[in-house]
Amino acid sequence: MPETEVKATISKSTGLPRKRFYRARAHSNPLSDSHFPVPISPSQFDYSLHYPQIFPSSDQVDGSRKVQFADIGCGFGGLLISLSTLFPETLMIGMELRDKVTEYVKERILSLRVTNPGQYQNVSVVRTNSMKYIPNYFEKTQLTKMFFLFPDPHFKEKNHRRRVISPFLLDEYAYVLKPGGVIYTITDVEELGDWMKSCLENHPMFEALTEKELEADPVVKLLSSATEEGQKVARNGGQTFQAVCRRIVPSDQTS
Amino acid sequence: MEVEEAEAEVESNRDNVEVAPALISVHPDQTSVAVAVGPDLRVFDLLSGCAASLVDECGAPFHKDSIRAIRYGSGGKLFVSAGDDKTVKIWSTESWRCVCTVSSEKRVSAVAISEDGCHVCFADKFGVVWVVDVAGSDRKATPLLSHYCSIIPSLAFSPDGRFIVSADRDFKIRVTNFPKNPLSGAHEIQSFCLAHTEFVSCLAFVHARECPEGLLVSGSGDSTVRLWDISSGALLDTCEVAAKAGLLESNGEAEEHSHAVTDLCTTLNGSLIAVAIQSLQGIVLLSCDVSAQTLSFSKVVSIAGEAFVPTSLGFSPGEGKLWMVTGVSSLPACNYPPLARVRVISGIDVEQEPVVVRDDDIPGGERLLETLQGSASVDESAFLAAAEAVKTAMCNLLIKKQYPADNRESRKKTRNDRKLKN
Repeated sequence: MPETEVKATISKSTGLPRKRFYRARAHSNPLSDSHFPVPISPSQFDYSLHYPQIFPSSDQVDGSRKVQFADIGCGFGGLLISLSTLFPETLMIGMELRDKVTEYVKERILSLRVTNPGQYQNVSVVRTNSMKYIPNYFEKTQLTKMFFLFPDPHFKEKNHRRRVISPFLLDEYAYVLKPGGVIYTITDVEELGDWMKSCLENHPMFEALTEKELEADPVVKLLSSATEEGQKVARNGGQTFQAVCRRIVPSDQTS
Repeated sequence: MEVEEAEAEVESNRDNVEVAPALISVHPDQTSVAVAVGPDLRVFDLLSGCAASLVDECGAPFHKDSIRAIRYGSGGKLFVSAGDDKTVKIWSTESWRCVCTVSSEKRVSAVAISEDGCHVCFADKFGVVWVVDVAGSDRKATPLLSHYCSIIPSLAFSPDGRFIVSADRDFKIRVTNFPKNPLSGAHEIQSFCLAHTEFVSCLAFVHARECPEGLLVSGSGDSTVRLWDISSGALLDTCEVAAKAGLLESNGEAEEHSHAVTDLCTTLNGSLIAVAIQSLQGIVLLSCDVSAQTLSFSKVVSIAGEAFVPTSLGFSPGEGKLWMVTGVSSLPACNYPPLARVRVISGIDVEQEPVVVRDDDIPGGERLLETLQGSASVDESAFLAAAEAVKTAMCNLLIKKQYPADNRESRKKTRNDRKLKN
């Protein structure tokens, strides 16, 4: 019996999980206490569980190969799937707070791995609160790209501290990003777009990419086209606001 | 229904036990000793042998709610007290005049004074660390850094003044570069020290000639004391203090979190570290080998004759004396005034055998006890109840509430957004 139940959630034609079985609330409170397991430190993050083909057992984990891209609040995983084939050699992870959505992405990756042998081995997803536990997953300067696509806008001023881009959280993102690493943000809410842009541009450890650099970066195009949220905005003819910044070493940072 | 009732009971118990432990701090030149219990701040001047009279233009009482943190600056000129009344008071240790009162938006959980004595930092209950420029014209608090909504029980500056270290209840210790101009924020994180499996309750530095930033020691709800290299965040050594002190064997079926480390303090040369553990009537001494970067269990110093579980420790380096206090702001369900008991251990030295000083031989004698305890003799029967209340309060504050699955479901039903629908 349970077997057929599991199968019912997978589409017969595509072999992919069907979204309607993974409906979740649109928002989740990042301030509430978490009751899911979190690695004590990055060294305890089990790569063999997430990338079984690349790391067949937990003893053989190659210390030099680590996750480099993190999609924070990855939602249904559209961007990760696109990035996976664009950067097949790079390990990447999605972080999502809503457990049902995380389950969906997990199933989606597993089915893609089955239907496309050899592909999608470099992507995975984890259910976590990235606003609290970023340092538990990544070491200093480990990441080269971080994505914050269509985050929860939290309009009320008293809820601004729940926003995933904030001056204090940027300190932590700067810590896990390698100098030269890039942070990508996009939203369809103008107010939030302005907020993210000003937080990033006022931070001493970030600097905006130039127009030229933005055009040359293949990832920038994916921001609005690859994600489910982005496609929805495009369908409705909505506007998007993006801010893309590089992690820099501030000049007064001598010590 | 039953579930809800039980839950309501648990909740009401929690409300009852919000009490603050008694705190102690010793002037680096041992000219004075301060004890805070509940809203009372008591300072004894060891040079003149009498109570220091505190002067505050804002009037008495100085604090209107429990004091949660007191500290002398390493230079000894300043003293800071702060707590649940959302005020931070900076005192001059010469005149014992309140130099300035800074208000905080939230309750204050920890304080620290920069090595040069120019900045006072404090942490609030939302995990934000604020900085005040003591010499500046505008003594308002400016946000310095933030742990995302996690209570910060301890803050400390590295001995070379380059780093500010903050510990939180999410098991993390964050080491941040303390910038030249801290009023524009401390953005550069040097490292995270990650290995504790429960809240981190206390921090202290071991001074080392070969490394100016010192070695960090931390105590935690996981009953361990750990030694860290702060520039890399590397764990150097771990000492399972509760197990080493024999607490686990004697109490096999001990409830969880019953042996949390509550406070620790290092001697000036750092070779010995005194540790206070919940349920231990006495202290544990650890020895730290700076060059080998190891921590090892040295001995337990028991306090015979009375049930004394220290809630806070302070060290006077010149005399090799460890000051201890136990006590609580109030006892739930009984009408006790704030309770404090001060004891001293002398001969804290690798060579000597530590001795628990009798009340008659305590520096400052009976007058000191009268000042710091409120009276020379204290009702001993309340001590254990006080220690128990402090323990429960600490666990409630720092350990995430775990609800059984069905209990969680019933809580969800009462969620505000669901209420609107029904």
